[in-house]
Amino acid sequence: MDIHEYQAKEILSKFGVTVPSGGLAYSPEQAAYRARELGGNRWIVKAQVHAGGRGKAGGVKLCSSEHEIQDATNEMFGRKLVTHQTGPEGKGIYRVYVENAVDFNREIYLGFVLDRTSQRVMIVASSEGGMEIEDISASKPESIVRSTVEPAVGLQEFQAREIAFALGIPTSLTQQMVRTLQGCYRAFRELDATMVEINPLVITTDNRILALDAKMTFDGNALFRHPQVAELRDKSQEDPREARAADRGLAYIGLAGNIGCIVNGAGLAMATMDTIKLAGGEPANFLDIGGGATPERVAKAFRLVMSDENVQAILVNIFAGINRCDWVAEGVVQALKANPVDVPVIVRLAGTNVEEGQKILAQSGLPIIRAGSLMEAAERAVGAWKNDQKQNTKMRAI
Amino acid sequence: MSIFLDRTSRVIVQGITGRMAQFHTQEMQAYGTNVVGGVVPGKGGETIFGVPVFDTVKQAVEATGADTSLVFVPPPFAADSIMEAADGGIRYCVCITDGIPAQDMIRVKRYMMRYPRERRMVLTGPNCAGTISPGKAMLGIMPGHIYLPGNVGIVGRSGTLGYEAAQQLKDRGIGVSTSVGIGGDPINGSSFRDILERFETDPETHIVCMIGEIGGPQEAEAAAYIQEHMTKPVIAYIAGLTAPKGRTMGHAGAIISAFGESASEKVEILTAAGVTVAENPSVIGETIARVMARKAA
Repeated sequence: MDIHEYQAKEILSKFGVTVPSGGLAYSPEQAAYRARELGGNRWIVKAQVHAGGRGKAGGVKLCSSEHEIQDATNEMFGRKLVTHQTGPEGKGIYRVYVENAVDFNREIYLGFVLDRTSQRVMIVASSEGGMEIEDISASKPESIVRSTVEPAVGLQEFQAREIAFALGIPTSLTQQMVRTLQGCYRAFRELDATMVEINPLVITTDNRILALDAKMTFDGNALFRHPQVAELRDKSQEDPREARAADRGLAYIGLAGNIGCIVNGAGLAMATMDTIKLAGGEPANFLDIGGGATPERVAKAFRLVMSDENVQAILVNIFAGINRCDWVAEGVVQALKANPVDVPVIVRLAGTNVEEGQKILAQSGLPIIRAGSLMEAAERAVGAWKNDQKQNTKMRAI
Repeated sequence: MSIFLDRTSRVIVQGITGRMAQFHTQEMQAYGTNVVGGVVPGKGGETIFGVPVFDTVKQAVEATGADTSLVFVPPPFAADSIMEAADGGIRYCVCITDGIPAQDMIRVKRYMMRYPRERRMVLTGPNCAGTISPGKAMLGIMPGHIYLPGNVGIVGRSGTLGYEAAQQLKDRGIGVSTSVGIGGDPINGSSFRDILERFETDPETHIVCMIGEIGGPQEAEAAAYIQEHMTKPVIAYIAGLTAPKGRTMGHAGAIISAFGESASEKVEILTAAGVTVAENPSVIGETIARVMARKAA
């Protein structure tokens, strides 16, 4: 689960990381008021969206008067910010964060991630902050410092010092850097984060270490023990269909294609999408209805997939293991009778009692296209979709 | 004995009184798995499906001689249960639980390191379908009847995609020595490489089928091992060619973040290591049959 920059800063400052003074605003007037509260004569106004790359996309503005703040935020509120991380649909701006502008000499990159090779928390740091880490690793890989944390004892001071010296932090600031690193690690560990990123962490002209930006992602599986973190969820930043699916216990991700997928199991769902592509089509979604594939879940899945207006065919691929194909087939038939769909439906069943399942589909009186293998199902789905397209074109021609 | 399991494996189920655990315990018993007991703190002294329930793993091991455990405990308590098994003298443990916090798994892995290698429990999972050695024992939630006994070793992250492979093999009359699910989580008990090492030295396994997906370094690690150490042929399938970058696809582990983690890069790395990669999931069985025929010739 992602949170906003201002929330991450609030959390990290409780763990000893220093951040600029700032205030949150829900309107241009409030933003101007926050600037007055903060004092000073230059402020940074930052759109609060769950995505990186805000600066380039116009989501971060330097302002030197309350007027400028009002103008800048007038343009932000209600707009969708499109960055390289949001996808073309962008993310809505409903909150902005106003901070005192800071003069600095150096920018540092600091990231804490779950490293899957060592299976531990890894610190990734670079003296080349301000750029995305992907760009740093492409252009200045030698500037990257890595260190893994021994989980039993946590991040030791000497490790933090090693990082500080490797980054060339002035000796007078070593202790402050150690405090920053240990604070981030403790926040990561104690709140079950999966990522903490400060980019940039700066050395100010008055010789302080300050987190100018902060990003935190939390382990959805651990939210049960951090209600105060769970509360920070902002549904306005989520794809509404994905959020709705998640609330119903389905894993759904909307994509740009037009063949809807209903599959049990995440691996099989990805394999189904790949096979559709191989057959010349484009999947409209990833959807894992869970290993069990109960009739209720199948019905929910149909409703969810059909809520995407781009969907022109639906491919159902269920491997019935513990449950049986005849039972899954009944579920599909029930779902389609209760909620008829106006696009071709291709069903591929495999596993236990597959013949009985096929018989139920055949005798249902519904125009279900049946397939034996996954490849065949994908080909039929792509065929049905292309056929449909041809007919539509013909109708338009008439 | 097959890798990990045999008819003689003495199995306990941790969390045996849960609804799902009850169902699958009966399935495992019907398959012929030697279930000798269950562990549920506070329910010691009860009996379920003809086997005794214990309060602790240590008591269960002492009373039944259990050497194998299946963890069916809800996510908040699963890590604790795995560590209890490791400390209680269990040799092989499968954890089915989906949704264990990553930091808990980091703790589990660190905890297991305190035992010298020869006494260290082997863990597969969590978030997996389990392990089966067809005709001998089943430790998990898979449908046992789709596996024929034979000589193909299967290792994969995904449950239903693994079933797909087993079913395709069965349709061709090809059997499986052992099928191991390593699970879809980013921090897992055993990696592809760990299981490949077992298959390489297992006389019952003649060929290995590896089913990977996007995300994580474990397929690339496996490729390096295959190239340097494996004498048995490996065929692979990798799911997620169409997965968008930076998104989690159901499995917490299925997110692309570094080189070698996208499906196309994994296919490339495995192919370079001499692995035959099946182009689509419908031809996994066919590809294995072809490689087996070539090997026999």
